[in-house]
Amino acid sequence: MSKVLVIAEHDGANLNGSTARAVSCAADLGLDAVDVVVLAADGSAVAEQAAKITGVSTVLLVQNPANENAVAAILAPQIEALAADYSHVLAPSTTFGKDLMPRVAAHLGRPQISDIMRVESATVFDRPVYAGNAVITVEAPEGLVIGTVRTASYKAASNDGSASVETRSVDATLPSHTRFVGLESGGGGDRPDLQAAAKVVSGGRGVGSEENFKAIYSLADKLGAGVGASRAAVDAGFIPNDHQVGQTGKIIAPDLYMAFGISGAIQHLAGIKDAGTIVAINKDADAPIFEVADFGLVADLFEVIEELEKAL
Amino acid sequence: MKILVGVKRVVDFNVRIQVKPDGSGVATDGVKMSMNPFDEIAVEEALRIKEAGNAEEVIVATIGPKACQEQLRTALAMGADRAIHVLTDDEIQPLTGARILKALADKEEPQIVMLGKQAIDDDNNQTAQMLGALSHWPQATFASEVKIEGNTAIVTREVDAGLETLSIDLPAIISADLRLNEPRYVKLPDIMKAKRKPLEAIALADLNVEVAPTVKVIKTTAPAKREAGIKVGSVAELVTALKEKGLI
Amino acid sequence: MERESMEFDVVIVGAGPAGLSAACKLMQLAEKNEQELMVCVIEKGSEVGAHILSGAVLEPTAMNELFPNWKELGAPLNTEVKGDDVYYLTGEDKGIRTPNFFIPKPMHNDGNYIVSMGNVCRWMAEQAEGMGVEIFPGFTASEILYNDDGSVKGILTGDMGIAEDGSEKDSYMPGMELLAKQTIFAEGCRGHLGKQLMESFDLNKDADPQHYGLGIKEVWTIDPEKHQEGLVVHTAGWPLDNHTEGGGFLYHMENNQVSLGFIVALNYTNPHLSPFDEMQRWKSNPKISQFLEGGERVSYGARAVNKGGMQSVPKLSFPGGLLVGCDAGFLNGAKIKGNHTAMKTGMLAAETVIESLKAGDVAGKELSLMDEKYKSSWVFDELHKTRNFGPALHKFGTFLGGTFSWFDQNIFAGKLPFTWRNTTPDHATLKPAAKCPVINYPKPDGKITFDKLSSVFLSSTNHEEDQPCHLKLTDPSIPLSQNLPLYNEPAQLYCPAGVYEVVKDEEGNDKFQINGQNCVHCKTCDIKDPAQNITWVTPEGGGGPNYGNM
Repeated sequence: MSKVLVIAEHDGANLNGSTARAVSCAADLGLDAVDVVVLAADGSAVAEQAAKITGVSTVLLVQNPANENAVAAILAPQIEALAADYSHVLAPSTTFGKDLMPRVAAHLGRPQISDIMRVESATVFDRPVYAGNAVITVEAPEGLVIGTVRTASYKAASNDGSASVETRSVDATLPSHTRFVGLESGGGGDRPDLQAAAKVVSGGRGVGSEENFKAIYSLADKLGAGVGASRAAVDAGFIPNDHQVGQTGKIIAPDLYMAFGISGAIQHLAGIKDAGTIVAINKDADAPIFEVADFGLVADLFEVIEELEKAL
Repeated sequence: MKILVGVKRVVDFNVRIQVKPDGSGVATDGVKMSMNPFDEIAVEEALRIKEAGNAEEVIVATIGPKACQEQLRTALAMGADRAIHVLTDDEIQPLTGARILKALADKEEPQIVMLGKQAIDDDNNQTAQMLGALSHWPQATFASEVKIEGNTAIVTREVDAGLETLSIDLPAIISADLRLNEPRYVKLPDIMKAKRKPLEAIALADLNVEVAPTVKVIKTTAPAKREAGIKVGSVAELVTALKEKGLI
Repeated sequence: MERESMEFDVVIVGAGPAGLSAACKLMQLAEKNEQELMVCVIEKGSEVGAHILSGAVLEPTAMNELFPNWKELGAPLNTEVKGDDVYYLTGEDKGIRTPNFFIPKPMHNDGNYIVSMGNVCRWMAEQAEGMGVEIFPGFTASEILYNDDGSVKGILTGDMGIAEDGSEKDSYMPGMELLAKQTIFAEGCRGHLGKQLMESFDLNKDADPQHYGLGIKEVWTIDPEKHQEGLVVHTAGWPLDNHTEGGGFLYHMENNQVSLGFIVALNYTNPHLSPFDEMQRWKSNPKISQFLEGGERVSYGARAVNKGGMQSVPKLSFPGGLLVGCDAGFLNGAKIKGNHTAMKTGMLAAETVIESLKAGDVAGKELSLMDEKYKSSWVFDELHKTRNFGPALHKFGTFLGGTFSWFDQNIFAGKLPFTWRNTTPDHATLKPAAKCPVINYPKPDGKITFDKLSSVFLSSTNHEEDQPCHLKLTDPSIPLSQNLPLYNEPAQLYCPAGVYEVVKDEEGNDKFQINGQNCVHCKTCDIKDPAQNITWVTPEGGGGPNYGNM
């Protein structure tokens, strides 16, 4: 029997949404079962959430005070002990999974497939290289497959499952050389960080001025979105350059990207090509941004912002 | 103490990547090659630790063909004390790379091994963590701040949730993220001096490292282009569409 | 301020064909004479070759002299010219192949090679380094350093880590003085130091103004079925009118790639003309598009070339230094080639410097021997023979001028006893926009023709974001007060990288915007601005395009 184990990402209280995306990828493998493991100090609440993910057979709950915080060197030996029952072990390709999985793989003498974006078969995968400018199709060598799942490539599995939760104890020696000191949540202020934001509202030269950018900020705050800008807007002095999205600025992959008054130079598009849904609002119907936008609206951006704010 | 820094030769980050029409890889002929930018940050951090009086020697190492010497010379010009070049013409994947670095660490006994968080060619983001596992040393990946306090390092890490701080015992592995520092400009006289700094070449075969099982690359393709979606006629239509997708 | 300095025997500015030939020749001669010699080459590109853009069909004359065994040494001259087609394009879908007999002799390419000059330079740099030359890519020569007696004592490398507002960033690294007995300036066409030297030493006193063209080039990977390695195609005529000089080229290189480009002479008169758009629509002529259909564009770049020929060559020597290659202007317009003459003049400079050092000359001496060597070299012979080619095209238009050149070159072998001159500088040729026809360029199709920004993208151009703009306006009001009303601010069109734009500001007023980040270092603005108000200076070292295989 071939089974896949997905490592749950959580903060002790809530399951991170990336887990359900990794489960979607695991389901694509077409194996006999998808199990999820929750490693926590007190993980029953998280395990219950994981049990609801559609397609999960069993949730393994491994509780240990050492698992209070997700420290790779401490979690890795526990996963290694569990891996013997599985043909595949996957984790989301978040900083959590990226930190943890290679440590597991190396101990077990296995290579790792990073950032799986498509499953072709149980051993053949697509993954991006060169910052997404090329995609390679790779075949894992025979034996245990260890990988991380590019979350932007998978929709979260839905939430109507009812897996059983099994408490497990694992026999592993845990190191004491790594101590968690603290976590300071990012962003600084209420507005999410551009690179981490699930939604981004972005303005271009069409916004017209620094003063006018207030409308962009206002909409962003209403949506709980980060604020981005095209290089033209940055060059024109409308907004500081740490907001710049594109080849020379930040490369981002939010679920929703709303571009206001951005023409869509290729340099800008290079920074958003992995966005989930792109919405473009521009007066110029010929603007290149419409060639990549999922939803385009030819209109005055200020009127659109006003109406959107009312509708939200 | 000694710091060992691993560096990799990669296609320069400014170069537009072109996938070869036959799917055999990306075009690298006549293309500018550079030190992986995250590795450059790792070299810089090692030098700053040394300059702060917390280390005596910075050793930089690379694995690859003869041309990789260029990147070692760059690191030496930045200020590294000496270099080790593990010579091989084979493609080295992360686990084998980590085993090679482990062999070098066993020999040099550094207190810190600094690496870039990932190479901008294969984007694997694995080597530092794998080396951590193989050496049973602590790891602090995605570092944005490193403080050395005696036999421990206090490392701030850029994680998705924000900034996490770990305290790790040395020896340890640290991988550098983008905001750790801004690497220095290299000075002309230092480029000339770098040519005279020691550079030891070791044939891979002489290290007795077992090559790990490898991931086979079947083909390389250009990423799918985004297709144009639909034009909506009004804000109301747009709001409905976004609500349907659960985006607002 | 007190700056660090380093001393060399010879400092060479620019690692192009001229500078690297000078470096190689210096070391060869030093070895022969058992002379100790410290030579350094500085190069503003991030690596050797990063800023090299050339056709290029290379005539191997100079290479044969410099490295008689270049084949064994592995020089990347791999594709011999096998066919040589010249078309006169008569319209957007028509063109006539010109029979070989009617083609002026200098345009014949037997024995020449299709190369990537960037790769040739990379190879020459390896040879030079092997002989002990210090090559420093990523460093600019920002200023000329003078001795108290006015002679050149070297150059200052550009400061690094200066913020846009001029303040020093944490990474600030002051430039260094590189001092030399002789400094060889090999910056290429319209070098920004070369321009200053010509002024301060009045080197142009006996020469006509230099004339320029803007070359815009692309590299394509094409359908192997359509690829004919070694085929050279040149075109004249469409899309330019009979009074605008220029033409296109398409060379079939190795690896199913073609190198193609279009040169527009910068003495054009219509401010509505856009060299970039001329180049794009030129590709849509079936004589060109037949090769490109189904292919993929992989690279883009642009660079000004000098085409003044013999009449425009300045004095080459001045106290403490020499001008070589396109920094002086040795391109042979009839052959459309300047690499061999650039290389040769670099070699002549090397010989000159070695003789001077051998004679025990003091640093800072003026080596007029260089000018003598040039006048007795084959470079001068070539330029002399073809001296009327450019002026004839200018005087009579492409068709009659071309006919003259055929008689001049094929019948009289360049020996006609007169020399035509063209004394109007290129920046003074524009006519008022209101008096010129507007040119309606077709929209790019995204397959054969493209827009400017997606083109610049393929040049891999990058500059450190936070640095002062390297395109300086002497009078910031001129673009809007003079250039816009009179000439529709032609910078918007002549710049092949979209650096200059006239946009509306917050109050709806016109604003002249410079996107220095996009600059591919072609120098056209420095040449063509009608008010001569734009000065190109060096940005932070390593900035600019990153051409591979160009």
